[in-house]
Amino acid sequence: MTAPLLEVRDLRVAYPRKGFRRPPVEILHGVSLDVRPGETVGLVGESGSGKTTLGRAILGLAPVTGGAIRFDSADITSVDRSDRRRLARDIQVVFQDPYGSLNPALRIEDILAEPLRVQGVGREAARARVRELLGQVGLPEDAGGRLPREFSGGQRQRVAIARALALQPKLIVCDEPVSALDLSTQARVLDLFIEIQERTGVAMLFVSHDLAVVRHVSHRVAVMYRGDIVEFGRGAVVTADPDHAYTRRLLMAAPVPNPAEQQARRAERRAMLEAEAQARAEAV
Amino acid sequence: MTTPTTQALATARRRDRPSVFRAVLRNPLGAASLIVIALIVLISVLAPLIAPYDPAYVDITAANVPPGADGHLLGADASGRDVLSRLLVAGQLTLSGAAVTVVISVLLGVIVGLVSGYFGKTFDLVAGWISDLVLVLPSKIVLVALFAVIGPNTLVTMAVLGVMVAPQFYRLVRNLVMGVKNELYVDAARVSGLSDAAIIGKHVLFAVRAPIIIQAAFVAGIAVVIQAGLEFIGLGDPNTPTWGGMLQDAFLAMYTAPTMLLWPGLAIGLFVAACVLLGNAVRDALEGTDAALNVSAAPSTSTTAVRTVQKPVVIDDPADEDVLLRVDDLSVGYPDGDGGVKRVVESVSFSIRPGEVLGVVGESGSGKSQTAFAILGLLPSNGRVTGGRILFEGRELDPLTGARRLRGTRVAYIPQEPMSNLDPAYRIGAQLMEPLVVVSRLSRAAARERALSLLERVGIADPKRVFDSYPHEISGGMAQRVLIAGAIAGEPDLIIADEPTTALDVTVQAEILDILRDLQRERGMAMMLVTHNFGVVADLCDRVVVMQTGRVVEAGSVEAIFEAPQHPYTAMLLGSILDGGPARPDYEDDEHVSAPAEKEVAL
Repeated sequence: MTAPLLEVRDLRVAYPRKGFRRPPVEILHGVSLDVRPGETVGLVGESGSGKTTLGRAILGLAPVTGGAIRFDSADITSVDRSDRRRLARDIQVVFQDPYGSLNPALRIEDILAEPLRVQGVGREAARARVRELLGQVGLPEDAGGRLPREFSGGQRQRVAIARALALQPKLIVCDEPVSALDLSTQARVLDLFIEIQERTGVAMLFVSHDLAVVRHVSHRVAVMYRGDIVEFGRGAVVTADPDHAYTRRLLMAAPVPNPAEQQARRAERRAMLEAEAQARAEAV
Repeated sequence: MTTPTTQALATARRRDRPSVFRAVLRNPLGAASLIVIALIVLISVLAPLIAPYDPAYVDITAANVPPGADGHLLGADASGRDVLSRLLVAGQLTLSGAAVTVVISVLLGVIVGLVSGYFGKTFDLVAGWISDLVLVLPSKIVLVALFAVIGPNTLVTMAVLGVMVAPQFYRLVRNLVMGVKNELYVDAARVSGLSDAAIIGKHVLFAVRAPIIIQAAFVAGIAVVIQAGLEFIGLGDPNTPTWGGMLQDAFLAMYTAPTMLLWPGLAIGLFVAACVLLGNAVRDALEGTDAALNVSAAPSTSTTAVRTVQKPVVIDDPADEDVLLRVDDLSVGYPDGDGGVKRVVESVSFSIRPGEVLGVVGESGSGKSQTAFAILGLLPSNGRVTGGRILFEGRELDPLTGARRLRGTRVAYIPQEPMSNLDPAYRIGAQLMEPLVVVSRLSRAAARERALSLLERVGIADPKRVFDSYPHEISGGMAQRVLIAGAIAGEPDLIIADEPTTALDVTVQAEILDILRDLQRERGMAMMLVTHNFGVVADLCDRVVVMQTGRVVEAGSVEAIFEAPQHPYTAMLLGSILDGGPARPDYEDDEHVSAPAEKEVAL
């Protein structure tokens, strides 16, 4: 058994609220999770479940109020700016919105060179690395001289992936990286993630609201519901034959792209909901 | 592949990168005001060289001579000093005073605004208080009082004015920075380990620079006006010529030499107008003018109008008898800015029978929503139906307004973003009742009854509470139920739903789909369902139209499309679906650690 690369234990995150002496609102109520080297862990849940907040806490972008985050056997729960810069070599991010995550005023080359230059890579070396990165994500070599707006959503997301790969990190936090993309683009970008992982051995925490997407890319899957992880296990099991009632509801809710199967699933879902309602009524 | 083709690359390179500076120059007003400002600055700098006289040289015999006399091109003032020379030299002090104001206010306002907006907290609070305090001080009175203390010192006075207008920059920059700092690219820079100073310098300052330039242009104009005003009431330096001081001299000699008022007035007016127009030109360049688009939108209207007259209103095709909506050869275009029309929907034809659910599927840019908007008469103001016909029950609809007149009674619309289609200022109940009272002519009590029963019908457990709620008090799924209740209120024959569940969580989506299906069956309504989700299609639709880049590539029954897609694009889309696909194989840990680069995972 390999030691986990990332270990999150009993993590609590709470945001302060506006107003005098109002208590902060807790988003995560003590979640635990681990990611092994070279593994993809999918994190699935609906809006407001806290899945994005968990990703942001690992990146140091959310206020942690309890629990611990360990990376490479070092505590990174609350590190200062200079440690965070060192950590930037190892933990990177791909955001959901390929339009908002690239500065519209910078050329692709400068966007990709930014993390390299921060780590003290020379101008020439950075330029060579940028060309290599563009090739890795399937963009033409001359893409570097252009601005983000000249690219489609899928291509921008490739740029964002290239930026995440620039420093050869050990872990990439992917926050809904394909949910803004068209169906056919989505499939290709997901395959790019898998291919990159096989080539570089990078681990990924893959946050998504879509069970099918998570199933496609993840070795293991965690399901979040209202700030708690309700189920965490092998991807093939969690996304097909889940234990927890909420995961089952989630699975049943997604319509199958096949009229006959969908009709069956719809009937099954209704029966399940009715049984649940009855169970609740009996409990009362 | 998403890798662009060589052709796409070529067009991308050919297209000009619209830089703001170039856009300002291309705007005649912007170019003219830039030239005027540059000329005034240049002349002022060179004034000592080009002025025909020493501005202080007094020739008592020439007092108040009219323009052109005795070699005084613009005449001479009451003391016999050459007006032209004084006018030229006066620019120096006037403009440097304005420059001092601009530099001080920009430096102070922008730096404090950046820190305040980026870091917030106590600094922001205190800076806000000070800024408000300075804003409420009447600046002219402060400057007049200042004169009593320091005497006539134009540059110091203008520096104090700079401090007084700094809050304008402070507020502007602070608010812009608060918006920018939450952008994902700033988060990405933080994750990359950039220091705060580097993030501000590289990402934040870049986003706020243009509004600062606009504001600075306005402030320069205001500074010149205030300075002239102070000098006009005698609070200037009597030994150095300034435009305001010249105005004062001219005012005293207004009856003997009226033209003397003209020259400093013109200089001030010209410079201030140029500053304000330059500010406007920069703003227009940033916003991107759409005036050009609107001009060329007109021609397509006339062609469609002619078409309406030519075609008979009712067509006697026997197959049409049981068709509710027929779209025939429909094209929709937008002006492309070069005088041409960019077609987003091209020759699209399909029909919907009563009680039938038609799915219109495609990716972004396929024209599926544009088709729906054209039918509803909801195209954006510069979009036009450029060809084809839309028939409802065999009657041709006006291509300009589509089904606008049928909306609410025969045709209803369910939008993608439920929240933005509810007015935040009114309670849900009032918004549901209004069409019932106005269109269906129910009494208020009957409308209330009906609205409540509609809310109950769309699965809202506590209709009274929702009825009395404001839109911000309910969830997105609830808002979509409210809109569905509104859509069925007029008992329409056709519902056009544009991605009705895309913005919703999957569990909520399932509930909304249930409601739509039940209502559709129960009332025998036809539905046109625009979606990108094949699961939704499989759940609801009887027939499917597949669209790609504005054209219909395939149409057929839902079973036929899923089982035997004819067009390669349909097959590709179906092939991209992940639902029901294989899961990723289990993680094999040891291999990853030992040799990550060489490992091979069977997929």
